[in-house]
Amino acid sequence: MTLGDLKPGETAKVVAIGTSGAMRQRILDMGVTPHVQVQLIKVAPLGDPVEITVRGYQLSLRKSEAAFIEIEK
Amino acid sequence: MHYTIALAGNPNSGKTTVFNALTGSRQHVGNWPGVTVDKKEGVYKKDKEMSILDLPGTYSLSPYSAEEIIARDFIVKEKPDCVIDVLDGTTIERNLYLALQIMETGVPTVLAINMMDEVTSHGDVIDFKRLEVEFGVEVVPLEARTGKGLDRLMDAVKRTIETKKVPKKLSVYALAGKVDEDTLADKRYSLITDIIGSAVHKNERGVIEKESLSDRIDKVLTNKFIALPAFAVIMYFLFAATFSENFLFIKGLSSPGVALASLVEFLWGSLTDLISSFLQTAGAADWAYSLVISGIMEGLGAVLGFLPLILVLYVLMSFLEDSGYMARVAFVMDRLFRRFGLSGRSFIPLLMGFGCSVPAIMATRTLDSEKDRRITTLLCGFMPCGAKLPIFIMFVAAFFSDGNKTLVLFFIYLLSLSVSVVVSLILNKVVYKGETSNFLMELPQYRLPTLTSVWIHGYEKVKGFIQKAGTVILAATILIWLLSNFNVNSFNGRNQEQYGTTLSPIESSFLASVGKTVAPVFAPAGFGTWRPTVGIATGWIAKEIVVVTLAQLYAEDVSEEYLLSFFSSFGEDELLEYGFEDGVYDSNVAGDIYTEVILPEGLDVQALPTLKQDILTKQAALAYMAFNLLCMPCFAAVGAMKRELKSWKRTSSAVGIQMLTAYIVAVLINILGNLFA
Repeated sequence: MTLGDLKPGETAKVVAIGTSGAMRQRILDMGVTPHVQVQLIKVAPLGDPVEITVRGYQLSLRKSEAAFIEIEK
Repeated sequence: MHYTIALAGNPNSGKTTVFNALTGSRQHVGNWPGVTVDKKEGVYKKDKEMSILDLPGTYSLSPYSAEEIIARDFIVKEKPDCVIDVLDGTTIERNLYLALQIMETGVPTVLAINMMDEVTSHGDVIDFKRLEVEFGVEVVPLEARTGKGLDRLMDAVKRTIETKKVPKKLSVYALAGKVDEDTLADKRYSLITDIIGSAVHKNERGVIEKESLSDRIDKVLTNKFIALPAFAVIMYFLFAATFSENFLFIKGLSSPGVALASLVEFLWGSLTDLISSFLQTAGAADWAYSLVISGIMEGLGAVLGFLPLILVLYVLMSFLEDSGYMARVAFVMDRLFRRFGLSGRSFIPLLMGFGCSVPAIMATRTLDSEKDRRITTLLCGFMPCGAKLPIFIMFVAAFFSDGNKTLVLFFIYLLSLSVSVVVSLILNKVVYKGETSNFLMELPQYRLPTLTSVWIHGYEKVKGFIQKAGTVILAATILIWLLSNFNVNSFNGRNQEQYGTTLSPIESSFLASVGKTVAPVFAPAGFGTWRPTVGIATGWIAKEIVVVTLAQLYAEDVSEEYLLSFFSSFGEDELLEYGFEDGVYDSNVAGDIYTEVILPEGLDVQALPTLKQDILTKQAALAYMAFNLLCMPCFAAVGAMKRELKSWKRTSSAVGIQMLTAYIVAVLINILGNLFA
């Protein structure tokens, strides 16, 4: 499953980043690396983007971006 | 000995506050070559030998975004004597990632752990000595908001430069280029996790149980049901505080922006009157008098008039930016604006465009991507700003008095929005094809901004506008003045013989000749005669001038007899309201009152009958309104565009797109109107 499937309040562990190039680097640079714990905080009022907590801070990303991030619960 | 110190750090780390505190007012804002990213330089106020350069805020040195490439190139190629990396102590884990990449380059580095007041109030403890041992650089606690720790920081910088202290070579640095990016990022973060595991003692109960004030504010402001209404209220306040004449719904109460603007207008008007009577007493030549009053004073007045709006809007915008709310605006609006090929942050500049394009264009600076900044800057020119309103109202009154006037105005607003969407989508498809934007962005903690930093932002915007846009506006205004007041006969003495002045009336000026040459181009749009064409051109000085110019050009429709019969239908009260002293008709001021009050407010449905011979149909009138709405904005806005786009080439292509769009839309309206009418 991917980060896009998570519901508000749920936590999961990142397994892999399924994209390449600038987007992959950006995701990694922001601290979303394999093995890290993430929690989905909320979904924006219009349904996209989402807010997660990772490495002690809040990160927002679009659902299309969250779909690249493979996770396991 | 002269030293260069570079300031690096994540966005929201307080880097700009540190820069402002270290350099005070001694700053210079330029731009990095080729990109629309600010380059801020300054001198350390306690030691003039130290110049400080503010690098763009970045999360890493990966060479993907313009900001990251600038920061990396400066550190690697320019080799500053020392890099100060400002870290947000409350999110130290992610902040150390950039720090690691900076130290990897081997440049002498000092780490400044900012927001220490918040770290302490969370009950967390950071072991600075431990971090110093691990990284081999000096690590200093900092509270940039209050200035606490700045001297200690600069002492550490001096020591680092004097001892040529370079960071310890960690084994992870050797991995770059040898392993894939996943492994590298993972190794860097693992190292960081290890180090802060021993150097940062988190208050365990903090994370889970205690909800911070910031979290509570966020729960309200991005709540599913409250987010949009709260957003609407905040945006309304932002707009009203800058432009409203009935602030907070209190009739007649000027908002801070309007009050300051009228003050500036009053002072400038008095000064102009003073100079005017001085020139008359001194017996200045007609052309010299006109140059000073209609050229220079009006041009400078146009620059000055915008300053209060820019100041008020920018002070409020920096408040929202520094408080962390702007990131939430993007979070809330992103979905809607992404469909139009823009980002959530484009909302604020476009909304401001309804008031005035100048501060709107300057507000595009808060957008994250270069593509969004450029497109939004261009779209701001399409917004129906306050100065365009008199044109619409006058035309609606003159051409649509029998129809639904509100519907026509609504059509204009709708046209502005739909044209913006279409142009944005086309630009995304054609010009910026393949440029993907991402929305990976920190949602920072809510913080109360300091007055100093909010004030510095507002002040810098005003200063930047005067420096970068002032000359453009003045030069362009004087050029239009020259063209509309002179013709060949000004120089061979014939004007002098005929009119007793070297100046020419506008209808035989150079501008009129140009208008006559250009006018046929507008025939497909239904207004291919010279007088409406000249009106468009003078509108570039300021859009409301279109109305005044048309009244001048159709002077036969504003004859003394016509004015007398028009005003004779009004009672004393109404005449008083329109500006006649004591409510008594006065032929000396009737012309001015007619062009400044009656026409812009659409109070004469019979107005300008000869204009109706040049613009024959309703669709042609609509096309003329549309052209004025969408074509090049006033010179002040073009100056602001130049300031944001950073090059004449980009500015002229943006203006070219605006003109082309205006033309296509005007022609379409006329053709479709002719088909269906």
